[in-house]
Amino acid sequence: MDINRLYAMARQLRLDVLEMTTLARSGHPSSCFSATEIVTALYFGGLLRYRPHDPRWPGRDRFIMSKGHAAPLLYAALAHAGYFDRSLLWTLRQIDSPLQGHPIQALLPGVEATTGSLGQGLSVGLGHVLGGRLNGLDYRVFVLLGDGECQAGQVWEAAMAAAHFRADRLIAIVDYNKFQETGPIAREMALEPLAAKWESFGWSVLEMDGHDMAAVMATLTESARPPRPGRPTVVIAHTVKGKGVSFVEADYTFHGRALTPEQAARAREELMR
Amino acid sequence: MIQTVAIAQTPGEARRLGARAGLPPATKPLRDVFGEALLEVATHNPRVVVLDGDLGNSTKAETVRHAFPERFFNIGIAESNLVGVAAGLAACGFIPWITSFSSFLLCNAYDQLRLAVAMSNINAKILGSHGGITLGKDGPTQMGIEDFALVGGLPTVVMLVPCDAAAMKAAVRAATDYVGPVWLRSSRVALPPVYPADGCPFTIGKANCLRQGDDVTLIACGIMVAAALDAAAVLADEGIEARVLDLHTLRPLDVEAIVAAAVETGAIVTAEEHLLTGGMGSNVARIVAQHRPVPMRFVGLADTYTESAEPDELLRKYHLTADDIVTAARAAVRAKGKR
Ligand SMILES: Cc1ncc(C[n+]2csc(CCOP(=O)(O)OP(=O)(O)O)c2C)c(N)n1
Ligand SMILES: [Mg+2]
Repeated sequence: MDINRLYAMARQLRLDVLEMTTLARSGHPSSCFSATEIVTALYFGGLLRYRPHDPRWPGRDRFIMSKGHAAPLLYAALAHAGYFDRSLLWTLRQIDSPLQGHPIQALLPGVEATTGSLGQGLSVGLGHVLGGRLNGLDYRVFVLLGDGECQAGQVWEAAMAAAHFRADRLIAIVDYNKFQETGPIAREMALEPLAAKWESFGWSVLEMDGHDMAAVMATLTESARPPRPGRPTVVIAHTVKGKGVSFVEADYTFHGRALTPEQAARAREELMR
Repeated sequence: MIQTVAIAQTPGEARRLGARAGLPPATKPLRDVFGEALLEVATHNPRVVVLDGDLGNSTKAETVRHAFPERFFNIGIAESNLVGVAAGLAACGFIPWITSFSSFLLCNAYDQLRLAVAMSNINAKILGSHGGITLGKDGPTQMGIEDFALVGGLPTVVMLVPCDAAAMKAAVRAATDYVGPVWLRSSRVALPPVYPADGCPFTIGKANCLRQGDDVTLIACGIMVAAALDAAAVLADEGIEARVLDLHTLRPLDVEAIVAAAVETGAIVTAEEHLLTGGMGSNVARIVAQHRPVPMRFVGLADTYTESAEPDELLRKYHLTADDIVTAARAAVRAKGKR
């Protein structure tokens, strides 16, 4: 696997997200940037099996963007993966566009779940795993969760059920960027000990640096094996909210804000370095 | 993300919401006014506590966090827990203001609102922020287009829908003073002042008559009040004199004002930023049908979700403008003639 090629794709996705949200004058670029290497590895590192021209192929691996406000990252990845023309990206959040502010299933090929109200994706992912089992298919289901999102009770209902049903084809990835909307997680509603929580719910727990592409590839590959048969796996990805743009990394109040054209120009420069 | 521009129904000053009725332009987003009003009641009443679902920066409940951090609780992204905790605080004699987006609260915590708040008849206040479609670009997953219907299913809960800054301030005070559960809708956008600053007479359950007229009554709430006033100005040019009611309280309904409208004007149009199914219009129609059936027309959202776009684009595409009210009023008046 050519790690440099993946880094180049990650840079392209960040640039596209920046362009999309700046054009739309709204959106959540900082929430996309913390998950960019993860999504890049899944779609372009050979971890997901998919057929862009047959988006409902029953045997496909599923990716569910449970933190739906990172929709622009999902859309950019789907465009580069060949699900639709990249020019559609520039219509994000505009009237009559299928690129809604938060993803709506079936409005766009490749969107596996309607999300935007946090907490729901892992349950849907579990349903896909149970359905695959009944259908005799061996696909895997990856669900990307925010760390703030892990405060939602439904996440833990799904976690309990997945262990109960021995859903070892279900992989949760927590984008542990340490911030939610109104502040640091540790100050607003602490999650620690996070790994121990998942462990006690019956999951295998892996941790990684979510921006080190080699580590992301290795850890996600391991998660898909899975490490302990019969158990679902969670990958806790240590990430930086706003990764790649210094002044966004430094200021959590960028949550849910597009960059101004001037800020975007500076951000583009930093991302191109 | 803060949007201070007024919602223009079509580009240009003449079509700015409220312009045809002679209302001044909107200045402050309604949510900012809510934040100020909440801080005011929290300052005057030390029993007021505020619960947040990690959205205080968006709902503007954060004003209380900054001033009285000990009376502010961010429960995190966990709305059902939030509502339950509020119920406990209410039982201890506090007045909890439960704050989040309308959609997240109602859809994630409906059972808790049902048992712990409505059935228990506790003294909690619920802010449903970002109501309707005018939150715009975040899209349909975040919009609250079904809140009147869902709160309608909580029979003990008073339901308030302020139409401008003065009404918002008055509504926050009235809700806090009232003993019992109250739901209050807020919006992300700025609305043109219908009332003079601090000049909104606000009695829970008592509609405000904003314009006299004998030919038809336009009954509106929220953003549609300014649109109804615009529509009344257009209708006046055609010789149709419309009465305009600001129905700021959806429960208890002002039966007297609704029946008087039917009796005295003989036709009614309702206008709301909400689904028609289960909305304000259907509740008004129930009163009209029972006491004095007259022709009615309904402006609101058909059975559909909307989409991400600028608020003014959405209002046009989904038929929530003054022009839509004018069309409906003409039809209602025509139907009256046929009787
Ligand atoms: C049920 C629900 N409550 C509240 C929100 C509003 N909201 C959107 S993003 C966000 C913060 C999310 O934080 P996190 O999960 O850590 O995601 P990040 O942006 O940091 O990746 C909140 C509170 C929501 N979308 N859904
Ligand atoms: Mg986070």
